[in-house]
Amino acid sequence: MSAATDSPIGPSDPKKHSPGWSIAHHFDTADQQFDSARMGIWLFLVTEILFFGGLFCAFFIFRSWYYEAFVEANHHLDKVMGAVNTMVLIFSSLTMALAVRSAQTNDKKKTVLFLLVTLLCAGAFLVVKYFEYTHKIHDGLLPGKWFHAQGFKHANAGMFFAVYFMMTGIHGLHVVIGMGLILWIMIRANNGEFSQRYYAPVEGVGLYWHLVDLVWIYLFPLLYLVG
Amino acid sequence: MSVAVPGAGTEKHEHGHGSPPGSNYWNAEKGLWSWLTTVDHKRIGIMYLISTLIAFSLGGFFALLLRLELLTPRKTIMSPAMYNQAFTLHGAIMVFLFIIPSIPGALGNFFLPIMIGAKDVAFPKLNLLSLYLYWTGALFTLGSLVAGGLETGWTFYVPYSSTTSGAVIMVTFGVFVAGFSSILTGLNFIVTIHKLRAPGVSWYRLPLFLWATYSTSVVQILATPVLAITLLLLIFERAFHIGIFDPALGGDAVLFQHFFWFYSHPAVYIMILPGFGLISELIAVHAKRKIFGYKAIAFSSVAIALIGFLVWGHHMFVAGQSEMAATIFSFLTFLVAIPTGVKLFNWISTLWRSSITYSTPMVYAIAFLFLFAIGGLTGLFLGMLAVDVHLHDTYFVVAHFHYVMMGGTVFAFVGALHHWWPKITGRMFNEKLGRISGIVMFIGFNMTFFTQFILGSRGMPRRYYNYLDQFQPLHQFSTVGSWVIGLAFLIVLYNLATSLKSGAKAPDNPWGGMSLEWQTETPPPTENFRVTPKVTHGPYDYSNDPNATGASDS
Amino acid sequence: MTGPKIDIGSFWLPKQSSTIAPSIDFAWDVVLWTCIIFFFLLMVPTFYFVVKYKRKKETEVTSAIDHSTKIEVVWTVLPLVILIALFFVGLAPWVNASVAPANAIEVQVTAQKWNWSFRYPNGTTSPGKLVVPKGKPVRLVMSATDVLHSFWVPEFRVKQDAIPGVYTSLWFEATQLGTYTVQCTEYCGGPEGDVAPDKPGGHSDMLATVEVVDEQKYKDFLESGGEDKSIPIAERGKKLFQQWGCNACHSLDGSKLAGPTFKGLFGREEELADGSKVKVDENYLKESILVPTAKVVKGYPPIMPVFQGQLKDPQIEAIIAFVKEQK
Ligand code: HEA
Ligand code: HEA
Ligand code: HEC
Ligand code: CUA
Ligand SMILES: [Cu+2]
Repeated sequence: MSAATDSPIGPSDPKKHSPGWSIAHHFDTADQQFDSARMGIWLFLVTEILFFGGLFCAFFIFRSWYYEAFVEANHHLDKVMGAVNTMVLIFSSLTMALAVRSAQTNDKKKTVLFLLVTLLCAGAFLVVKYFEYTHKIHDGLLPGKWFHAQGFKHANAGMFFAVYFMMTGIHGLHVVIGMGLILWIMIRANNGEFSQRYYAPVEGVGLYWHLVDLVWIYLFPLLYLVG
Repeated sequence: MSVAVPGAGTEKHEHGHGSPPGSNYWNAEKGLWSWLTTVDHKRIGIMYLISTLIAFSLGGFFALLLRLELLTPRKTIMSPAMYNQAFTLHGAIMVFLFIIPSIPGALGNFFLPIMIGAKDVAFPKLNLLSLYLYWTGALFTLGSLVAGGLETGWTFYVPYSSTTSGAVIMVTFGVFVAGFSSILTGLNFIVTIHKLRAPGVSWYRLPLFLWATYSTSVVQILATPVLAITLLLLIFERAFHIGIFDPALGGDAVLFQHFFWFYSHPAVYIMILPGFGLISELIAVHAKRKIFGYKAIAFSSVAIALIGFLVWGHHMFVAGQSEMAATIFSFLTFLVAIPTGVKLFNWISTLWRSSITYSTPMVYAIAFLFLFAIGGLTGLFLGMLAVDVHLHDTYFVVAHFHYVMMGGTVFAFVGALHHWWPKITGRMFNEKLGRISGIVMFIGFNMTFFTQFILGSRGMPRRYYNYLDQFQPLHQFSTVGSWVIGLAFLIVLYNLATSLKSGAKAPDNPWGGMSLEWQTETPPPTENFRVTPKVTHGPYDYSNDPNATGASDS
Repeated sequence: MTGPKIDIGSFWLPKQSSTIAPSIDFAWDVVLWTCIIFFFLLMVPTFYFVVKYKRKKETEVTSAIDHSTKIEVVWTVLPLVILIALFFVGLAPWVNASVAPANAIEVQVTAQKWNWSFRYPNGTTSPGKLVVPKGKPVRLVMSATDVLHSFWVPEFRVKQDAIPGVYTSLWFEATQLGTYTVQCTEYCGGPEGDVAPDKPGGHSDMLATVEVVDEQKYKDFLESGGEDKSIPIAERGKKLFQQWGCNACHSLDGSKLAGPTFKGLFGREEELADGSKVKVDENYLKESILVPTAKVVKGYPPIMPVFQGQLKDPQIEAIIAFVKEQK
């Protein structure tokens, strides 16, 4: 069953048709399988955006309530570390895109290499984050009840750090999960499982990684720069 | 123009691993392990069916308990603390473990791929993962029973939920996990409908159940993540006092309600849309008539799903949101009624010049029309600002949502369970008992819940362990009604259980249906169709072909 | 006296006892009848078709008419118009109910598990009982100390959540003398463990009464600090002792809490923090209650709250009478 011919969702492209590759029992063509996987990933990314969307909402609400406190608290974040991490992630997005490209062009060695660089970037990001967190904890810049930093002019700075730790914490968790996924496709790539006909997992993980970067690209200016 | 199933004109498209003749999804493999590791959407559907029915029985058991407590004011059989747990677990189980996963998980899983002529859903392993996530979520939720209980109400409002004792974190985590199950199921269904339709199954040839499932899936994907983050925030609030919802730390208790209802209002459409879809199937097949207003019904599902995202504030008219917000939410609430009305009008028009059998599914479908109309219309009372101020958090609201959830979704579900029982199990149930169960349930239901409209508008608040003496007669009547509902379910249970042993063998198409699930064997083989079907007409094209109507009851 | 009750005014609704009740009931009637009409509009054809088109033979041919644009438009647009009308019918009384008249008497309401307390502008405080004059608008400014609660008087058709850390408000003008029941309509939990069958169950027993009285009685009430003179004075004192939370710091059995015990207090010779001595009499007691810092007892920190402007003379008298009894 090729995609329905009278379907409004584009008919399958015969040129892309790539029979013979291991297709799961319930699919007819590799294209169908690949299109399904890609659509699945995109939908998953939509749910991720909504998931973070709730936190962004909370951020904007509390920021408008406690504007001064947020601005003040924001000065306690380390802009340099944040900026370094932003660069690291943007760079890792690039290497991820290159990895996907290499997979598409059957270049196994480069695929593995680019994935490895991406993985290292992710690791570097976490190391920087670790130093930031220990610093915050040491200074008592903590959420809600735990906030005990001295010398704040405005009340409710604890709210800023509640949002900060929730957002960066959940983002960090995504980075960790991303590292696991990258490792997984790296091993598979090393085994030569991907080719120009089958690279859906690489692309899927790539899309996920871009989302993780994208979230950070919003988090950095909001938390570190404007507060 | 009947469906070109195994015959001329059908594209031969075998994949070389069709199951042997005579085998079906049920006997293809044996043993518990083969079930637990299956990726067959039908088997996963069956496991969902069993699990959600167990959840329903448990939820119903708590309902009977709490109704019994309300037989008298003050203490009848339990302490206030136990009562509070009873209605919380009743609500949480019914909502998160029964009504949201049941129709998509059980009937959607079983029939969606068959109805589009596919061999399975797009991601069979993900489908199995959904089921395991559901089980994990259920385990955590029910674990609260032994781990300190839960008495926050199913709405988990802060600051009560962030300060009270009990297993709040455990349950919210359970609901969080079950939420991912819901998201993955929705994602799977959307991709399946987009990518796996058999030749000839165009969008306008999708059975209406699938349009409804599709709209439901969209809501699941867009709303559930917000519930996830809300629950996560609640867990952190409770565990670490991060202060987001705690006024003492500068947080906002009402913000939680916004977050919660941003999910939970759309969630009521996750609960009802699949029911709407089922009703379209039941009415068309058992009245053997082309559905009236196919496109109107299809697109009204989408409209309900979308407008449903903009009305959540109607749960908070007296919660201290701004007057402007309340006004806008009230206005938008009324707009949802229009696509819903369109559905009802079209279903009733489908009965016009049709050929109605008084079969069990039809009895449930008619009961649905009656009960859902009441439930929906009383929603309008609640949408009216001034009137809701009086009715909010009274038994009027309790009655409203039981009319839509139980009178609507559950009646549709039980009707559809009978409708597809022969296809799923290969056995016919006792028609007479089936009809009786429907009528008894209808009577018991109205006894239980119509009473509650009166109770509520006269001044009876909800979640009350004790109540003013003057309300006792109505409460007693309601409690007796709940026993009648229980009796009806025992009849259903008996009827379906005995059919498995002694029911007649079901033919492939007992009701003369036109959609694809009736064109394959009963029970279906593992790959659903021995030959990929090629569809040449819509799912309800009864009237074009006089022979088609005659081909029933084979 | 029988227990609290709600007077029923019609089949559906309680008696109308506030100025806004009739306008809200008008909205109720409009939506009720609209819905009844639509319900019959739906159900009459349904059952008519069910009977008329019952299948007689298996080969029946059914209609092929599968849509009608005209009728689709009708049943989309007509409800749309009606629904928008309903929205406005519901909006109008609500707008009235949202804006309190400028001359409204303002009463502070504090909700906590599981009681209500009301405080008047002149400081009179009255736990569990709201007394209002008939025919005067009253505005309640509400807050909660622990979790959410909600204030509802069915006969007045008013309801509002009380939220910790936030002030919310509602107003009403009572039109009938009498006693009304306040119920808490936002779930706020219950006591843990088992309780005796006749003991309160938390949320469902978080009741209060509203007494609508005439102008004169209302004045008397404010003067008296809400004291009911028909109850023996020492008994009233005991109630105040509990309601005002004195028992949190003062025991009656001689044990030492945050403050000195009341056992044998009256007539005792008390040593103060500055070393001087004082004999406990009525005047000393009154001063200690109103301005506790004036004379601080030796060995205790000056943590007792000031009750000046809160407790009225008749209440102080009742407390003193009660203290005298603790021999
Ligand atoms: C399946 C679930 C379901 C469904 C479908 C609905 C449908 C609707 N609900 Fe309901 N609702 C709940 C489940 C559901 N609800 C639950 C669980 C709660 C309580 C949660 C809690 O607090 O615990 C609740 C509470 C609730 C409230 C809050 C009450 C309160 O707490 O104060 C409101 C207020 O507006 C409301 C309104 C509506 C409306 C307007 C609809 C509409 O969608 C109904 C539309 C249908 C019709 C109107 C009938 C057919 C239409 C016509 C025939 C058209 C012509 C009609 C006219 C012109 C009159 N609901
Ligand atoms: C799908 C949703 C759903 C369903 C189907 C039901 C079904 C029922 N509900 Fe439920 N109810 C809710 C969702 C639902 N409810 C929610 C969300 C709340 C709000 C909770 C809150 O406030 O937090 C609520 C609250 C609620 C209250 C208000 C409690 C209060 O405010 O104090 C009441 C009171 O009468 C009630 C009664 C009933 C009854 C009698 C049934 C009956 O219809 C039940 C019928 C089912 C059975 C009788 C079981 C049948 C099974 C068998 C016979 C098999 C045998 C097995 C065993 C006996 C174990 N419910
Ligand atoms: C927060 C705790 C607290 C509360 C509540 C409190 N008190 Fe006190 N009270 C004290 C302390 C401490 C002292 C001793 C220090 C002082 O005299 O100020 C005291 C002293 C007194 C004395 C003088 C006793 C003596 O031994 O001379 C009287 C009389 C008294 N309180 C009455 C009351 C009454 C009546 C109330 C309630 C309306 C009340 N208190 C509520 C803490 C409290
Ligand atoms: Cu206070 Cu419910
Ligand atoms: Cu809603």
